[in-house]
Amino acid sequence: MPDLFPLWLTLRIAFLATLIAFGFAVAFAWIVARFSFWGRDLLDAILTLPLVMPPTVLGYYLIVVWGRNGWLGGWLHDHLGITLMFTWQGAVLAATVVAFPLLFKSARAAFEGVNTEYEKAARILGDTEIQVFFRVTLPLSVRGLVAGTMLAFARAMGDFGATLMIAGNIQGKTQTAAMAVFDAVQAGDYRLANTLVAIMSVVCVTILVMTNKLAARRV
Amino acid sequence: MRLEVDIRKTLRSRDRSFVLEASFSSQDDLTVIFGASGSGKSLTIQSIAGLVRPDSGRISVGGEVLFDDSQRTNLPTRERKMGYLFQDYALFPHLSVRENIAYPLKKTWYLGLLPGQRQEVSEIMAAFEITHLAESLPGELSGGQRQRVALARALIKKPSILLLDEPFSALDSMLRHRMRMELLEIRQKFGVPLVVITHDPADVEVFADTLVVFENGGVKEVSRRRQQPEPAQANIWRQKVCWRAKWEQEQAQAV
Repeated sequence: MPDLFPLWLTLRIAFLATLIAFGFAVAFAWIVARFSFWGRDLLDAILTLPLVMPPTVLGYYLIVVWGRNGWLGGWLHDHLGITLMFTWQGAVLAATVVAFPLLFKSARAAFEGVNTEYEKAARILGDTEIQVFFRVTLPLSVRGLVAGTMLAFARAMGDFGATLMIAGNIQGKTQTAAMAVFDAVQAGDYRLANTLVAIMSVVCVTILVMTNKLAARRV
Repeated sequence: MRLEVDIRKTLRSRDRSFVLEASFSSQDDLTVIFGASGSGKSLTIQSIAGLVRPDSGRISVGGEVLFDDSQRTNLPTRERKMGYLFQDYALFPHLSVRENIAYPLKKTWYLGLLPGQRQEVSEIMAAFEITHLAESLPGELSGGQRQRVALARALIKKPSILLLDEPFSALDSMLRHRMRMELLEIRQKFGVPLVVITHDPADVEVFADTLVVFENGGVKEVSRRRQQPEPAQANIWRQKVCWRAKWEQEQAQAV
């Protein structure tokens, strides 16, 4: 039986990363979709940047910000004694950043697809802004959000470059499935490589099929 | 019901601007705001409902000040106790007819309706003859059914005033006539003052006890029904569309 620890680690990282990315993406997407302000296009571009940047460059940025001497990483280390470098939590951070744009883009499109008349109607019927969001905007954009979440999860599962930069490739600690495949091929262990590749392919195909089904269905 | 509006609002887009300067008042329970599209009538009722914030001025309904920039009063939409019928009804597509009507009563997703509230929903559905549609989604309804559901939803919290934005423009002409009559009956039954905005002269004939005519972002004239010429003396379309008089006759005969 090949060592499947990298697979469990990958699922755990992808799950947490998707969860965190979801919170931020929904908040930013709502702001960008519903308000018009100076610098909105720039903000959208910056938030989408991880989608197009080379993962290693992204990883470098993460080190600059979250590394032990980084802007935020330094503060975390000095005040809380926490460091993210070479930990699986660091891998969660990397996966969150690479997955974020997919969720953000889907959420923005989903929110913009909700007719604002419905939100106006809810306000007139006595809702506060928070109630409008949870009772009208969110339920009406749920399909786009679920599709975006699944894509983000798949992307978080498959990250290699950014994770390698910040969390390294430590066997049994930060080695994710993508990296285990790389190591297995390097070491000539094709049995392990085939097992991991097969499982990951099935998971990704399943996710994409489900996403397409969701996107195609309409009320 | 006394409605007083005196507002200014400037809208700017890249290459043009629109200035609304609307000032009128009405003491009647049936008020029609009449004008072509782009005359500022929509912006005016959206200001009354609180969906749009005027730059300056004052709005009061039944003595309650909803907006007054000199006193920095601007009641949020949810506290204005308005009924509002959107042009295409804005029924929530993810909720059934019953859930749509119960929407203003139900404030938390984790608690159901109280028995009294459930009773209220059933009663208003019966009043609008839509009980058999309770579990349908808005997408499955005809235009007339949608309008009844939207009216029931707007009226269930007993608003102080009902604003209607081009209420019949989404209906075909046969249905339009029937829904006008229904709306008059509803107004009597629920005792709610109506403000109708329209570009259809037939609506003026039926609903305008006070008529406010908008043109190019301003009020061109305000007239009350008794100052308007009698239908018999007026031009031909007035006689043809004089449904209000006919309806009142029918009502009188029925009693």
